[in-house]
Amino acid sequence: MKSQKFWAWLIFVLGAAYFIIPLAATFEFSLRMRRGEYSFDAYASVFADPYFASSFAYSVIVGLFTIVVGILVVVPAVYFVRLRMPWLRPFMEFVTLLPLVIPALVLVYGYIRLYGSSSFIPFTGSVLGTDILLTCAYVTLALPYMYRAVDNGMRTIDIGTLTEAAQIAGANQLQIIGQIILPNILVAILSGAFLTFAIVIGEFTIASLLNRPAFGPYLVGIGTNRAYEPAALAIISFIITWGAMGMINVLGRFAPRTSARTD
Amino acid sequence: MRPVRRLHTIRSVTMTDIAAPPKPPRRIPWDSLAVLPFVIFAVMFLFLPTFSLIGGAFTDRAGNFTFENIAGLFTDQILAAYWISIRISGASAILGALIGLAITLAIIRGKLPQGLRSAVMTFSGVASNFAGVPLAFAFIATLGRLGLVTIIIRTLFDFDIYRQGGFNLFSFWGLTLTYLYFQIPLMVLTIAPAIDGLKKEWNEAAQTLGANTWQFWRYIGFPILWPSVLGTLSLLFANAFGAIATAWALTGSNLNIVTVLLYNQIRGDALQNPGLGAALALGMIVITSLANVIYLVVAARAERWMK
Repeated sequence: MKSQKFWAWLIFVLGAAYFIIPLAATFEFSLRMRRGEYSFDAYASVFADPYFASSFAYSVIVGLFTIVVGILVVVPAVYFVRLRMPWLRPFMEFVTLLPLVIPALVLVYGYIRLYGSSSFIPFTGSVLGTDILLTCAYVTLALPYMYRAVDNGMRTIDIGTLTEAAQIAGANQLQIIGQIILPNILVAILSGAFLTFAIVIGEFTIASLLNRPAFGPYLVGIGTNRAYEPAALAIISFIITWGAMGMINVLGRFAPRTSARTD
Repeated sequence: MRPVRRLHTIRSVTMTDIAAPPKPPRRIPWDSLAVLPFVIFAVMFLFLPTFSLIGGAFTDRAGNFTFENIAGLFTDQILAAYWISIRISGASAILGALIGLAITLAIIRGKLPQGLRSAVMTFSGVASNFAGVPLAFAFIATLGRLGLVTIIIRTLFDFDIYRQGGFNLFSFWGLTLTYLYFQIPLMVLTIAPAIDGLKKEWNEAAQTLGANTWQFWRYIGFPILWPSVLGTLSLLFANAFGAIATAWALTGSNLNIVTVLLYNQIRGDALQNPGLGAALALGMIVITSLANVIYLVVAARAERWMK
């Protein structure tokens, strides 16, 4: 038993070293811009770059739209499939697994071929259309995570009883979803939303192939032209990811734990 | 069908005595309408694009059916690209699964302090999403030619990992080492529930029957975990196989992996044949699907065996 504990510690320490050293090294590197002393010059240089602000703002806005569209697509579908069409569940599970099997690069290739400027829905023919296509592509990427978050949320509340009670009280379907179900699974939806945000914010492949000025392509551009700024940007990205994940953890404490019926 | 018809005949017989009940007002099928956006979305952004690529892979420039694009994949350059992608994904998936499993076992069953567990799980959530371009930057700052670890090893041990060690971050092992940064946490996150499912009683029962630790894992623990491990393995494989941002930011177009090849094809028709590009994409789908089919088959077998 003693040796078991020793091995556990050894594995933990080695693992921790692998994960912490790159972060420490990147942080150290990001401080080396000024010769001979540590400084935050690289960060100042990043924040002074107008393209940083504009590309970051663009990605944030696309991320917010992605979250809204994702919720509109996933929540009603999960609700009605759970409530009345359980035979559709395997189909939904299959669909939401596809983005994990088909690489994003392949999907965007399909979009460009299918929705090019001379096609029946020319998404890429205009800037607005391309933005819409980018948002839809991100919704697809985030589908597995959004679906699982919402599905887990609906599992913990008793949607059958809630729906019946609301119907007896005279609510219509829209009111049931908007005013009864949504508030009850808000925590689950928000954790799906933050995960979506973490995925979208630094995404490179789709944004660059659709030629949109997002944060990911901006990062690659900086990486080829500068020495210290990329390290600073890596630290900033890590903090953003940490923030999004930290929010999910904090929200988890507010999740409703009242489960009447188990299914 | 039959009970309804019988009801109908009964009703027609008694029609003269009892008035037919009023038909309920036709309800709008809200249920199916609410699922419609999801279905439309799946068709427009998952099914149709995939079918378009499959179609494109079997169509020549004039629009006729052909196998030439598929045959065109069997050139040295393309096969080499597939092969190095498969090797990197396989190596990073297998290593990631093994190391992730070891870490998860250590924090859950290794009697480490409770606080460590939640810290590791939280960090895994962050690190599994810390992929793409920033991850490449971090590893360049760490193990690049001027990276901190490279310099420390050179000053402390007078050993240049690039010149004397033959290491290169922009190579097979460099990329595999970098991919492990998101593969290991993904393994930890997906396998932790399965390891939580191993009941303490099983351990005690095995000990009572005289099994040692090795026998417990050989005959009880591992057979139960096996399907989950394998499932995660195929997930990790697909995850690495489709990754491009990290590789692109690390190596540019230096490393001839299949995603970089396809990226260049989409950007500027690098292969100078759109049909060949579609075939390349189809090949990627086939490989990631195959990984999942293998998992499904083995998982089904493992489940049958467990019953």
